[in-house]
Amino acid sequence: MKNEGKKAVWSEYQKEIADDKFFYVRSCIRQNFFPGSEVAFLRILKEVLGKDVYEHPCHTTCSGIGYHGDIVPFETAMTVVARQFALMTEAGYENYVPSCITSFGLYTEILDTWHHFPEVEKKIRKNLKEATGREFEAPKNLAHASDVIFKFRKEIAAKAKYKLINKNTGEPLRVVDHIGCHYAKMFPSKGVGGAEYPYVLAGMIEEWGGQVIDYPERRHCCGFGFRQYLVQANRGFSVACSKEKFESMQPFKPDMIITNCPGCPMFLDRWQYVINEIEGKQYGQNGEGIPVFTYEEVAGLVLGFDPWDLGLQMHQTDCEPVLDKIGIEYSPEDKYKLNSLNHSQPKHLVVNV
Amino acid sequence: MDKFGFTISKGRQINYDQNDRRIYNYIIENEPSFRNCIACGGCSGSCSAGNFTRFSLRELNILINRGENDLPRTNLKKCMLCGKCTLICPRGVNTRNVVFLAKQAFKRFDSYAF
Amino acid sequence: MGKHVVVIGAGVAGMEAAGRLSRNGLEVTLLEKESVAGGHINDWFRLFPDRRDSNEVREYLINLSSDPKIQLKTGASVDKLTRHGSSYLLTTDAGENINADAVVVATGFSLFRSSRKEEYGYGIYENVISSADLEKLFISGEIVISSGKAPQRIGIVHCVGSRDEKVGNLYCSKLCCVTAVKQAIEIKEHLPDSEVFCFYMDMRMGGALYEELYREAQEKWGVNFIRGKVSEASETIDGKIVVKVEDTLAGRPLKMDIDMLVLMAGMEMSEGGSKLAATSGLKTGENRFFASADHHFGSNISNLEGVFFAGTCIAPMNVTETISHARAAVTEVMEYFSNNNR
Repeated sequence: MKNEGKKAVWSEYQKEIADDKFFYVRSCIRQNFFPGSEVAFLRILKEVLGKDVYEHPCHTTCSGIGYHGDIVPFETAMTVVARQFALMTEAGYENYVPSCITSFGLYTEILDTWHHFPEVEKKIRKNLKEATGREFEAPKNLAHASDVIFKFRKEIAAKAKYKLINKNTGEPLRVVDHIGCHYAKMFPSKGVGGAEYPYVLAGMIEEWGGQVIDYPERRHCCGFGFRQYLVQANRGFSVACSKEKFESMQPFKPDMIITNCPGCPMFLDRWQYVINEIEGKQYGQNGEGIPVFTYEEVAGLVLGFDPWDLGLQMHQTDCEPVLDKIGIEYSPEDKYKLNSLNHSQPKHLVVNV
Repeated sequence: MDKFGFTISKGRQINYDQNDRRIYNYIIENEPSFRNCIACGGCSGSCSAGNFTRFSLRELNILINRGENDLPRTNLKKCMLCGKCTLICPRGVNTRNVVFLAKQAFKRFDSYAF
Repeated sequence: MGKHVVVIGAGVAGMEAAGRLSRNGLEVTLLEKESVAGGHINDWFRLFPDRRDSNEVREYLINLSSDPKIQLKTGASVDKLTRHGSSYLLTTDAGENINADAVVVATGFSLFRSSRKEEYGYGIYENVISSADLEKLFISGEIVISSGKAPQRIGIVHCVGSRDEKVGNLYCSKLCCVTAVKQAIEIKEHLPDSEVFCFYMDMRMGGALYEELYREAQEKWGVNFIRGKVSEASETIDGKIVVKVEDTLAGRPLKMDIDMLVLMAGMEMSEGGSKLAATSGLKTGENRFFASADHHFGSNISNLEGVFFAGTCIAPMNVTETISHARAAVTEVMEYFSNNNR
């Protein structure tokens, strides 16, 4: 693998990312899947970097999940999104930052549609006005939340307490980056580094001391899809996609996986348990799974946030192997302190115990 | 079957005149780039869905064009809309829109249920 | 009276045109941006369809263009071409001014820069090379991959940078299919135990003896042909290339580990040609090559009177066609002079 070749590709996909004054919109599902991640994002931007981030209480789903699941027509989705833009405009912000990859893809698709078909935008403006009385300005800058962390990766590194380095060997941790499909596959120019060799997570990994693993199935979808997972009978197809990736990355002995999509960390994490149950396979070292993180969690860890504040206890594939390799201080007995009903450790659903 | 122990075989030919080409016509009307396919298979070669299911955009294209709608009707549901095929297509077919339109067309002409 | 013609580009077309012009008694200045004449043929080992040594063609061209009436200037590209009365003034990048009574544009083609097809990893994966790189290996006499070993399985990807809207080239470069077949055979000659797979969208074997070469590749050499455009390539931990393609005739996606992947780079308007077009007012077509006055009976004629096209600056051509086209350009130049002298 020649890194200079990748750098040449990356240099062709530079993207403008706003510096401050962000209108942040949460994902529908991340707050259930990895509830600490969005909180960590806000904490990093506001407390660590001193940025202005605004969240509007009236923000709703962008309806992208329904749009991709055949339930919501495009025109409806566009009108819902127009309302989010109106909230941003009313709050006096111009830099739109979605937490969700599919939202980001949908926003990009909508702005591109309006660019090519101004009459559609006109119609959506009319729809919104009639339905809600609202008006909007399109965002001046649209960046996914991982773009924003990418932009500040050096600032985060400068304030870091830990590096992605194995404290026992001194070697960089071997990190797989997994990019959500809707980040750049539809619009390569809108993703940092493009679609074939995305740099958004790789840049964070490099900056924070880790080594990026490029394996044959890197570009493959995690298998979440929408109806593919939602319909139980289709889940075999969904898990097979993740399995294809694990089999392909295993020879590279990755220490961890880092993702930037709501669905991918969920499925790369949970499917390891399912594959283990069905086939008895483990893809990490020493009979362990490969811990899967969101980029906010990794940024938080690097900055020295408490792992349990980051919500790492919600992972089914235990994160402790990575915490131990880095030498992160944590208290094992506090792992499930958030569970007010039952302080005892759940028995079954963990892979690495 | 009971009486003779056999039935009269059905033809295998694509019956171009009798087949229903409304799905195809609906798609090309709304997404003319659907016509540009040269069946290179670039879309299917790296399709996440095609790895594990019968879904193939190339196959869907040719079958819908011929009005052979049965396989596409079922297989269309397997697409995860990840966008990889759009990235690859050397003929610039807007594959994402093709999938959306095909679903609409099946709903419209075929009481397609998802 | 001695008319003076400037030929821009000393590749196959330019050398042929210069040689024929001098035989007709004209003074010729032959400009070449590289340090030697010959063009792409210098980088090719053998030529299709008969796999003759490219040196034979090169020697023919050198002999033809070695004439006291021809002044070859290497390391010189044209910055400007302007009309002055009935003649043209050419300014080279070195600032030299040359007067010409007529100009033959033979700026040729550039090979498609394979790294632009990002998904194939040229310049990123160790064992992904271009058709031109493979010719260099043939010339060196040793076909090896990055580990220093001979490849066991070789994949050849057709249509890299051709017939591809994503890189802005809608046209077929038309020589890559036969080059793929030629190179597949040469690989088998060098490495009889290797397996060679050609991944194609359509086999376009339209030239004389091309189809026969295709058949020979199957019959005599056991080259495998899989119909499908390669969707992506990636690299395994031991430096193999994983190719993903749909085997369209089997109707199923196919994945294969390959030791060496060869990309059949297409032909594009040359950089020199594009620069000349921008500064001279010569028209180009949608494919960015120079646009001829008439596709059927004026393919050497440009939109500027007294400026003529020869060879692949107007479209992909093989060596045979290029030589014929250059001779036709000379006919046009001669006719132009005889008409103007009347």
